[in-house]
Amino acid sequence: MADTAVSRPSAGSFVVPFRRWTGVGLPTLALLVMLAIIFWIRPAAMSYFGFTLLFKLAIPLVFAALAQMLVVMLGDIDLANGAFVGLITCVSAVYLADQPLVAIAIYLLLIASYAGVGLLIHTRQLPSIVVTLGLSFIWLGLAVMVLPAPGGQAPAWLSAFVGWRPPLLPLPLWLAAAAALAAHLVVSRSSIGAVLRGAGANPRAVERSGWSVLAIRVCVYAASGFLAILAGLLLTGLTTSGDANIAPAYTLLGVGAVILGGGAFTGGIVSPVGTVIGAMTLALAGSLLSFLQVPSTWQIGSQGFILFLVLAGRVLLGEKPS
Amino acid sequence: MNKVLEPARPPSQAHCAAHPLVGMRGVGKSYGPVRALEAVDFDLASNEIVGLVGHNGAGKSTLMNILAGVVQRTDGDFMLEGTPVARWSAAEAHRHGIRCVFQELSLCANLSPAENTRIVHRGLRGLGWKKRAGALITAALDRIFPGHGIDPHLVVSNLSIAERQMVEIARAYTSTNEPIRCVILDEPTSALGHTATEQLLAHIRRAASDGIASILITHRLNEILAVCNRAVVMVDGGIVAVRSTKGLSRSELVELTGHVEAPRDRQKKDRSTPGRPIVDHRTELAQDKVVLAAPGEIVGFAGLDGHGQRERLRDIYKTMKGGQTPVAYVAGDRGTEGVFGLWSIADNLTIRSLKTLRRGGLISDEASRTLASTWAKKLQVKAPSIDTPILSLSGGNQQKVLFARALASDAAVVFLDDPMRGVDVGTKQEVYRLIRSEAEKGRCFVWYTTELEELTNCDRIYVFREGRAVVELADEAIETGRILEASFGGGNG
Repeated sequence: MADTAVSRPSAGSFVVPFRRWTGVGLPTLALLVMLAIIFWIRPAAMSYFGFTLLFKLAIPLVFAALAQMLVVMLGDIDLANGAFVGLITCVSAVYLADQPLVAIAIYLLLIASYAGVGLLIHTRQLPSIVVTLGLSFIWLGLAVMVLPAPGGQAPAWLSAFVGWRPPLLPLPLWLAAAAALAAHLVVSRSSIGAVLRGAGANPRAVERSGWSVLAIRVCVYAASGFLAILAGLLLTGLTTSGDANIAPAYTLLGVGAVILGGGAFTGGIVSPVGTVIGAMTLALAGSLLSFLQVPSTWQIGSQGFILFLVLAGRVLLGEKPS
Repeated sequence: MNKVLEPARPPSQAHCAAHPLVGMRGVGKSYGPVRALEAVDFDLASNEIVGLVGHNGAGKSTLMNILAGVVQRTDGDFMLEGTPVARWSAAEAHRHGIRCVFQELSLCANLSPAENTRIVHRGLRGLGWKKRAGALITAALDRIFPGHGIDPHLVVSNLSIAERQMVEIARAYTSTNEPIRCVILDEPTSALGHTATEQLLAHIRRAASDGIASILITHRLNEILAVCNRAVVMVDGGIVAVRSTKGLSRSELVELTGHVEAPRDRQKKDRSTPGRPIVDHRTELAQDKVVLAAPGEIVGFAGLDGHGQRERLRDIYKTMKGGQTPVAYVAGDRGTEGVFGLWSIADNLTIRSLKTLRRGGLISDEASRTLASTWAKKLQVKAPSIDTPILSLSGGNQQKVLFARALASDAAVVFLDDPMRGVDVGTKQEVYRLIRSEAEKGRCFVWYTTELEELTNCDRIYVFREGRAVVELADEAIETGRILEASFGGGNG
């Protein structure tokens, strides 16, 4: 992140790096605090195997959160994200093992429909929150049609992949690091990333510079659909089956991860690294509560409370509304 | 009145090329039945500086937006170095080296100056693009505004307005693999300080000698006289004069911009001296006049758009709200601060009067319907019934409902925030009549308007400049020429 650590004489010399730090620093801090508590209660968790278990279920959420981040980057929101991931698990569990070509065709069709949603939202100037809310029920309905009851079978290679034990670090950490790095390079560092973020903050200015914001929106939505498909595939591998109702929480956890990681609803302000860390933090919050032996009836509420605490921390640390 | 004069050639450099860089013949723009730009002829030589003058809504921005490819012309021919251009877009304009610094800042505030530079240059990509973009914008800034002190990698939202403006101007003068032929500057100096303004004007002159033409739109006429070869004057969507700036004086230029003589249909009022003022508002600013208004008076706020009239109006409204004198506010920006989009005419009309419609703690349906239908009839709101959703009305009729909302209330002082923008002439006349008759009944109006002719309805006006009420004109003294003279003021800002 220290790409512009030039010494600058202006008045903002202290404030700016500090604010940049809160983007990634705060969820990192929260993550480390939670890990410390877990290791203090259960020192045995501090191992290759322990890390694998702790972060296994965070990985699909990481990809779902990145999918959400792309949409938030344009100033929109995707309330269908979780239902869509559920649909992908159903399609994967039913078709991917026996009829892989059918499954791939469905994936491509779904990416195209995501692009179509971007097109619709842009050309008709519809609020994304309305369109995607409606869409979430469509995805859910399709998922139930594909697989009426939880079941099906994940292809063996997919289950094998998520059970793979790579050297040095457990698989979840490798995947999270790779996703964060790739998204950081594309969104925060690349020259096209600057245009994408610009289109989220000031579409008129970008349009006046000769870009088509319509094309940008369509492409970004398609990319978001692609990442959500990756999330669904990983989740299918982990659970070895499909379930239409497996991931409704991903929608809001994904939004939470984006905001926790330094993003803003105003559009154009997102941090891929922060989002990945934010997603891992939120996933770990559930485990932490189990380790603290919080009764399961209190867990959802407590998870929300942790999210609230961390987000409030961001406000307290001097995040100025822009 | 001859609408279009032959464009005069720039003084000395007329013979530079066989074809001008830009040639427009009969270019016009209509939005449906509304004519934003009459058929105009406009020429620009490749090393020329042209100043574009005219009051708000004269069509300057429309003409420039057509040139920059942001708005499509609806008729006329457009030639670039003698070659007719059919398809024209922002991207095409860029490719041919036409840049524009828009009036409202068009930088992305979440990006750094370097990243903003990248957005306009498709060539800036691949490894190390950020460094190259940073060097490019810094070089341009150093050239135009030496000593600017702007970090090209700091996010724009951390910069002051003046610094943002500098970045945007400098960005227009950067070039990679696309040429720069012409830069359009729409009110570039409004946010700049004195030094930066001087630096910019010097740069515009230098650029012209390097073959980069500039079009300068500004209300500061001294700047036009200082740097431009020609001044093009626009009024009501047409070009009314093209003059060489050699030997042209400021007052001549003002005269050219304000030649619309509004018919004065004002009846002489033989009011005895106005009563005790019920509006009495003063500020801490030096040379800022106290705004006074008595019952029965119509007080206008004039001046060029954005010189502090609206801020003062809101300030007065805010201080008086909740006081002893009941007040009401008619918003000009209907969509965002005027109408309740999902409500009916009746609901929109009575919202200001709920207190008086209360019967035993609840709102009386009967009383509110009577009130709504009385006032809807009085203002001749054209709608099937008072239960019609407000958004199904035309803009003018929506505005009438907003007027009715204020007039139906118990307000003694009504604040009008440029409410006639985009309203047709017929409606305007009806509303003017109503305002005058309400004033005669003892109501007081404080009226901010950007339309000069409207001010003739006022008894007294304050002309604003640079955030202050600087001149007060009354009765017969309210005329277009004097208002313009006062709004342009003396000095270079």
